Amino acid sequence: MNAIAEVLGLTKLFGHVRAVDDVSFKMYEGEILGLIGPNGAGKTTTLQMLLGLTTPTSGEIRIFGLELGSNREEILASVNFSSSYISLPYSLTVRENLMVFARLYGVKRPKDRIDELLRIFEIEGLKNTPARRLSSGQITRVCLCKALLNSPRILFLDEPTASLDPDIADKTRKLLKKIKDEKGLSILYTSHNMKEMEEMSDRIIFMDRGRVIAAGRPEDIKKEFKGEDLEEVFLKIARPR
Amino acid sequence: MKLSRIFAYTERHLYLYKRSLPRLMEVFYWPVLDLVVWGFVSIYLTRGTPRDFITLFIGALILWDILFRSQQGISVSFLEDVWSRNLLNIFVSPLSPAEYIASLLFLSVIKLLLTSTVMVTLAYVLYSFDIFLLGFPLIPLVLNLIVMGWSIGIITTALIMRFGQEAEVLAWGIALLFQPVSAVFYPVSVLPGFLKQVAFFIPSAHVFEGMRQVISKGAFPVEDLVWAAGLNIAYMTASLLFYGWNFKVVKKKGLLAKVGE
Ligand SMILES: Nc1ncnc2c1ncn2[C@@H]1O[C@H](COP(=O)(O)OP(=O)(O)OP(=O)(O)O)[C@@H](O)[C@H]1O
Ligand SMILES: [Mg+2]
Repeated sequence: MNAIAEVLGLTKLFGHVRAVDDVSFKMYEGEILGLIGPNGAGKTTTLQMLLGLTTPTSGEIRIFGLELGSNREEILASVNFSSSYISLPYSLTVRENLMVFARLYGVKRPKDRIDELLRIFEIEGLKNTPARRLSSGQITRVCLCKALLNSPRILFLDEPTASLDPDIADKTRKLLKKIKDEKGLSILYTSHNMKEMEEMSDRIIFMDRGRVIAAGRPEDIKKEFKGEDLEEVFLKIARPR
Repeated sequence: MKLSRIFAYTERHLYLYKRSLPRLMEVFYWPVLDLVVWGFVSIYLTRGTPRDFITLFIGALILWDILFRSQQGISVSFLEDVWSRNLLNIFVSPLSPAEYIASLLFLSVIKLLLTSTVMVTLAYVLYSFDIFLLGFPLIPLVLNLIVMGWSIGIITTALIMRFGQEAEVLAWGIALLFQPVSAVFYPVSVLPGFLKQVAFFIPSAHVFEGMRQVISKGAFPVEDLVWAAGLNIAYMTASLLFYGWNFKVVKKKGLLAKVGE
């Protein structure tokens, strides 16, 4: 299998803080890669470097075989991002918001694509509602629509389910899995919900204080750290006696 | 009524003034600049009421507003995305930094056209002031003001990216800093010596001198326009370079995700 994204010796220093410390991993096509770790472990920083929002102190990032720094626009056209800490312009309607991004990404037949995504996320009724009147879970779903507009090959998600109710969170997970199975979408994904991580991830990368301290399939990680479930493993690693 | 509670609540606000630039500006910056500008206007008027009084003031006001709107068209559009936490969506899209700036410039022109249409029409209806009497020179005068507004807007935007919320107030206040030395409502000759020298390096000062020359002498202000354009080209280049450099610093410091926090 060919790696769709490759990170080599990625390091980020903020002053004296080693936010990300010599991190290396590969991501394969059609794979969901879960990034877990305690607060401040460096997950968001890693994601932001992969999106070209933060410049690494050192290390290499290759996406689709291209070096990120010098092929930014080309790469960004085929990836996307969502997170529970971003939002959309409040005075624009859901449809207007998505239309703007459809144009930015050069989506063909944007109207149909938007309708399709709104239907998938069960928010077609909110099409003409200004974003300001949406609940945070509804905004999150619109942001996920935005993140899928350009049919990305890689999706970066930073705590995407943080504000979703259990029902929608579950549906979102199933949906992402389905898109992954059908379209070969790769997802790099952070969450503090260990159950979700176990259910979703093909492989997991466990970060702590900037370093990768474990990586592999959830079953293997559980075996390695002798935990019943990922939550137990997390606590074992995060609180060494 | 309990004095201690009144003082406690007062204290809550005073704490703010200790470290908030926007709050301090409210208390000092605006009033001081108002005083300075109107002080110079008064000095000018004590020399005797100028002919073409209305043209000089209303024309100047409309032109000044063009500079102000041009700058705000940029800074405030950027802030809109900061406030709605949409900035990351924009910056992870394939939109390049140059394309981003280009759309901000385009947007500022659209906003400006709307404002100016209203201002020009109202000035005509209310005060029978016809700005088009300035004739052809109006075009280069306005263009110079727009470009100067762009430079200020781009630098403001860069500073907000770098310093976050505290710098937001620049979007509203920074243009005013240039008003006294732009000699909007009075000729540069009213300014004291060192400010005259400062004014020489301010493109808008040349624009307003030029405007007055058109109004009083009906002459095409070649020299003023050449200076204004030259300075503007230099400042616009500098502001774009500053923006580019600053964008790199911001990405190094990982601040893009944090603007507005
Ligand atoms: N722009 C920045 N400037 C300085 N330090 C930063 C910056 N961004 C992150 N950090 C620091 O880098 C470290 C990693 O932060 P990061 O946000 O990547 O963690 P995280 O794993 O996403 O945590 P969380 O689970 O809380 O979201 C932290 O110590 C944080 O304080
Ligand atoms: Mg995080």
